[in-house]
Amino acid sequence: MTELEFKEKMEKLEEIIKDHRHQDGPLMPVLHETQELFGYIPEDAQKRIALGLNVPMAEIYGVATFYSRFTLKPRGKYTISICLGTACYVRNAQAIIEKFQDELKVEPGATSEDGIFTLEATRCLGCCGLAPVAMIGEDVYGKLVPEDVPGIIKKYRD
Amino acid sequence: MEMYRSHVMICRGTGCTSSNSEQIVKNFEEEIKKHGIENEITVERTGCFGLCALGPIVIIYPEASFYSLVKPEDVEEIVKEHLVKGRVVKRLLYAESVDGDTIKSINDVEFYKKQYRIALKNCGVINPEDIDEYIAFDGYKALEKVLTSMKPEEVVDTIKRSGLRGRGGGGFSTGMKWDFTAKAAGDKKYVLCNADEGDPGAFMDRSVLEGDPHSVIEAMAIAGYAVGSNQGYIYCRAEYPIAVKRMTIAIMQAREYGLLGKNILGTGYEFDLEIRLGAGAFVCGEETALIASIEGERGMPRPRPPFPAIKGLFGKPTLLNNVETYANICQIILNGAEWFASMGTEKSKGTKVFALGGKINNTGLVEIPMGTTMREIVFEIGGGIPEGKKFKAAQTGGPSGGCIPAEHLDVPIDYDNLIALGSMMGSGGLIVMDEDNCMVDIARFFLDFTDDESCGKCTPCREGTKRMLEILEKIAEGKGEMSDIDKLENLAKNIKASALCGLGQTAPNPVLSTLKYFKDEYVAHIKDKKCPAGVCTALLNYIVIDEKCKSCGICAKQCPVNAISGQKGVPYLIDTEKCIKCGACLSKCPFKAIYKG
Repeated sequence: MTELEFKEKMEKLEEIIKDHRHQDGPLMPVLHETQELFGYIPEDAQKRIALGLNVPMAEIYGVATFYSRFTLKPRGKYTISICLGTACYVRNAQAIIEKFQDELKVEPGATSEDGIFTLEATRCLGCCGLAPVAMIGEDVYGKLVPEDVPGIIKKYRD
Repeated sequence: MEMYRSHVMICRGTGCTSSNSEQIVKNFEEEIKKHGIENEITVERTGCFGLCALGPIVIIYPEASFYSLVKPEDVEEIVKEHLVKGRVVKRLLYAESVDGDTIKSINDVEFYKKQYRIALKNCGVINPEDIDEYIAFDGYKALEKVLTSMKPEEVVDTIKRSGLRGRGGGGFSTGMKWDFTAKAAGDKKYVLCNADEGDPGAFMDRSVLEGDPHSVIEAMAIAGYAVGSNQGYIYCRAEYPIAVKRMTIAIMQAREYGLLGKNILGTGYEFDLEIRLGAGAFVCGEETALIASIEGERGMPRPRPPFPAIKGLFGKPTLLNNVETYANICQIILNGAEWFASMGTEKSKGTKVFALGGKINNTGLVEIPMGTTMREIVFEIGGGIPEGKKFKAAQTGGPSGGCIPAEHLDVPIDYDNLIALGSMMGSGGLIVMDEDNCMVDIARFFLDFTDDESCGKCTPCREGTKRMLEILEKIAEGKGEMSDIDKLENLAKNIKASALCGLGQTAPNPVLSTLKYFKDEYVAHIKDKKCPAGVCTALLNYIVIDEKCKSCGICAKQCPVNAISGQKGVPYLIDTEKCIKCGACLSKCPFKAIYKG
């Protein structure tokens, strides 16, 4: 993200804050939209939200670090979520996540060097009928075997 | 309303959508146009049919022909044969619906025969993005009945008499909850819907939100009337984008039709809804944590009492029910409390939706009357275990529940029987395990989950689950001692008695129930240093079967640590000291001459 892009996004953040300021319990919706806007929740944005919603920074930090969907570091362009829910686990989802780890050379929770992929182990995606399952963006991939993994990565990398 | 001679219903739930059902919809529309029959046939995107393993699913009415595993390229043939010439394409039908020359309708196949749908009544039947279809299936009739002919007390009384209990896990009487909130003093009250479906392996709430969102909206409006509230919130997982989208559309349509907002149906009653998104914290399924999260705080539970019915969201009296609970409400209002109470067992009325998953042929959603046995669910509706493997256990209640072994397969399922067996109903996840699943590993999996999801507020859960997990890991690595079993039991007892919320109080259940029914597996790990199911890597050895080995040497070439040696003419040998148990040899051996055990 260039400096200019960042500045533009900070301006958009103003609108987000304005939209929610008068709502009951505005912090979660604002953090969701901030996460979507920047791909993470930068410190500058936290400061701005603190002022705009009149909530202490410490509290915002506390909330942002409590929930796994909010991140304080930039994410990759695509987040690959591997379901480790029970149904997937008993159908060997462990092998799928290991294959992604091998192929992308990242640990779960980290972002690949080229900044394209963030690998993530997630809780049940609710597609238990298709176990084991992975989700990239809003695309769901089901009934996976480790051999499927390189092809899926290629699709997004190109 | 337009009349059509055939309705093509295509599942657009998350499961089938990921198997490309949108392309199938498009192909149908194109092919139908090509044959010029677009005025005779309608194509509808519906919610989940339940049999997710065989998706994408297409049902064609009026015959109720059940096409499964449909590919986009099959559509041309279905349109040409079935819709134009009236000849069902047998080859593409769900195999079980073809019996020689007769073709069964979807309602007669084994998977659906024993089901009775109340909560899932409209799922797969209507287009969830079209409020008119919901209305055509008696939608908003219950709200009308309540607003025009019932007093709030009568509504609460009807729900009480129906015997409906919370479908989210606790199993508390829904009518009592409504009653408490209705009687609580306060000018402002809230109605919440818990759609933070966190139990790994359960997805009925997602299917209801995706397939029949108006049923939840209508039920919440009824609840608002009954308890005296005019504002509701649906707290939904952010991991369910399709559900959130459909819910948003449904709320907008309901507002347009004057079914939400001010002066609903001209009666002066006001009620509106907002969706709030979760952010990936399992503990937010706990009611007080969910409330904290909507308020914009860390989702940590609060001590009860005061219960939310007295002091909940923003300090006001609050009614909180789960999605599936709400999905039953309209039917109870329309058909009467007695009708609902006539189904099920003595203390568990109505039906329950289960999400069948794991080692079972028909994975998917089923709704069955309470009191159906586990055997009927697993072997009749679920079609048994794949590859002829042996049933070992069914896990219910997710991380809060336990395993039910083969000897209890014939127990009728209801809230109380499951608790007596050391498990619980939970939200309805039902994961089947076969002989290849290690019960120590499963207990470790669940403790890993609760340890990770523990919010950290109270010590018994924060520290206790961690210690239990460490002991389980030690056992799985073959370093366990017999005294560890006593330690586990002792810890479990203390955590159950002292944790702040439901997450902690039930976290030890998976360990206790596996210890109760599968102690021999724990002993095998500890005393014999063996994992009978062949799962715990540290206890496995890769061994060459001499009679099958052709001394080709492929395994030795694959081994990353040179642990395999041998020469032409004699069977190869794996050095178990050097072996890192990566399994590369086993997967590459062309003669299947290597086994692990």
